[in-house]
Amino acid sequence: MSEIDLTQYKGVWCFGEVRHGKLVTQTYELLTIGSRIAKELNEKLSVVLVGHNLQGWTQELLEAGAEKIYLLDHPELENFTDEAYTKALAELAAKEKPNKILIPATTVGRSMAGRLATILHTGAIADVTDLTLGPGTNGAGGRALNAIRPTYGGNLFVTVRCEKCRPEIITVRPMSFPKAARTPGKIGEIVNVPINPSSWNLKTKVVSYAPEQSSELDIGSADKIVSGGRGLGKPDNFNLVRSLAKALGAAVGSSRPPVDSGWIPYRHQVGLTGRTVKPKLYVACGISGQIQHLAGMGQADTIIAINRDPECQLMKMATFSVEADLNEFIPLLVEEIGKQKN
Amino acid sequence: MPLNVIACIKQTPATGAIQLDQKGEIVTSAMTYGISPLDEYALEEALRIKERVPGSWTAALTMGPAKAQEILRESIARGCDAVYHLSDDAFEGSDTYATSYILSQGIRKIIAEKGKVDLVICAKQASDGETGQVGPAIAAWLDWPNVSFVKKIEETTDKIIRVVRMMEDGQDVVEMALPALISVVKEIAEPRLPSLKGKMAAKKAVIPTWKAADISADAAKIGPGGSPTVILKKELPPKRSGGMKIDGATAQEKARKLVEKMKELKLL
Repeated sequence: MSEIDLTQYKGVWCFGEVRHGKLVTQTYELLTIGSRIAKELNEKLSVVLVGHNLQGWTQELLEAGAEKIYLLDHPELENFTDEAYTKALAELAAKEKPNKILIPATTVGRSMAGRLATILHTGAIADVTDLTLGPGTNGAGGRALNAIRPTYGGNLFVTVRCEKCRPEIITVRPMSFPKAARTPGKIGEIVNVPINPSSWNLKTKVVSYAPEQSSELDIGSADKIVSGGRGLGKPDNFNLVRSLAKALGAAVGSSRPPVDSGWIPYRHQVGLTGRTVKPKLYVACGISGQIQHLAGMGQADTIIAINRDPECQLMKMATFSVEADLNEFIPLLVEEIGKQKN
Repeated sequence: MPLNVIACIKQTPATGAIQLDQKGEIVTSAMTYGISPLDEYALEEALRIKERVPGSWTAALTMGPAKAQEILRESIARGCDAVYHLSDDAFEGSDTYATSYILSQGIRKIIAEKGKVDLVICAKQASDGETGQVGPAIAAWLDWPNVSFVKKIEETTDKIIRVVRMMEDGQDVVEMALPALISVVKEIAEPRLPSLKGKMAAKKAVIPTWKAADISADAAKIGPGGSPTVILKKELPPKRSGGMKIDGATAQEKARKLVEKMKELKLL
């Protein structure tokens, strides 16, 4: 790698993801950690919004801590494509030279980070759960981040640094930081960045978007998840899981066997070949806790396991374990939760 | 129109408990290795394209030590027409930037040999590093379009590929001009088992191994020196201290106690 002058790069950017017309809530999580880093570095905290008709989000982002907002607003950017978004961001980053770019580790963020880093010839660190400015190799560079990320299915935590390139590009796992508090009426700078996507020779287009039909929460950003496993016995018993999820205001997840049996769509699958989640509460109903499942949910704050088999792995590692028959226990639990709410 | 398709795969240890030695490095001697689980879906979809589009050609490509040839033989056994092994001590310690560069150089060499490559298929992520960055970064090096989290290929022609992308809030249908790269999720296809005929072919196959010089890799972009990121330390995750059993004479009592606990932790 060629040596660059790291001190030229200043400012912390948070990518504000606007997905199908909505600003994703992880943007506010990025602002929490972004603002902490920006203060320590004594550098500016900015949000970069890419999309179309973005003006409506600017005030709340300023109130949530952004000092500056870059708008990359163009009809061609209305829907996410890796090509166009990385091109737009890379152009701006090459000109403005930010020090850090924080991106939510969502579908869009995970998809985009590696491509963006290669275009900018810098490092990308994926799916980070904690970030501090810290001394690095040989005590070098306190201005680089120590990024902690789970690997090997949550069985190994590595601390990764990007010491010789800028900007550092980091995707942050959803739910790793609280959402930034709002200061009503706060003002800041808004920059409309001129862009011309027709000059980019784009080879990708979004043909259509079909929103998820059910009104259920997505597991990726839910702070509570109730999951069902093989122990449910039959597909209809997912209604038990759904009833508990509803009572808790939780999203519905699944281990692999129910997905493979067609009881519930793949998007609900938590685990090695499914999705990784980090909720405050994870309730596992009839899930034994194969290592592949733990890979997807082992970072949950509180785990409740409900199972007939007290010896299974999930019952042993859960914060609270309840040995019970799901058919009997879940309706009673829903009832008890109902009493608390009234 | 026949398509030339490459599946990029990786040999990874089976997921499980990790042991670290005194220097903080992973103890690999006790690990069993195989195709990274999600890569099986990438390989499968590559093979299915060959079956759907007559005359198409499917290859598997990996970067890794000599041992990684095992997964290339497995790929032949499942039906790949060709396999390619990128292996050089100088590749060791490459991060996602350097790895994607090396793989892209390998793809360039395959293009030079075969005349064209239309589609590269990667998995959403590997089971060890779990970054998911290598696929999209390969596309960036090649200046190809790419789509990640692909759950279905709707159509391929000689000019375009149309895919369904899984999003948190639904699904997008995305079309790209070929050549292109996709990263796939498990839903795309159920992997097959190797055939007997394939196993025989795998045994006999001579696997081409390319070193840095063979793929004209720029020494400044490979290995630790070519990697923007560095691993400062590896640690085992903190043990979960959990383990409170909720007891009770009846299910009702257990439900009541559990709700109490949830209330204490402000989870209701």
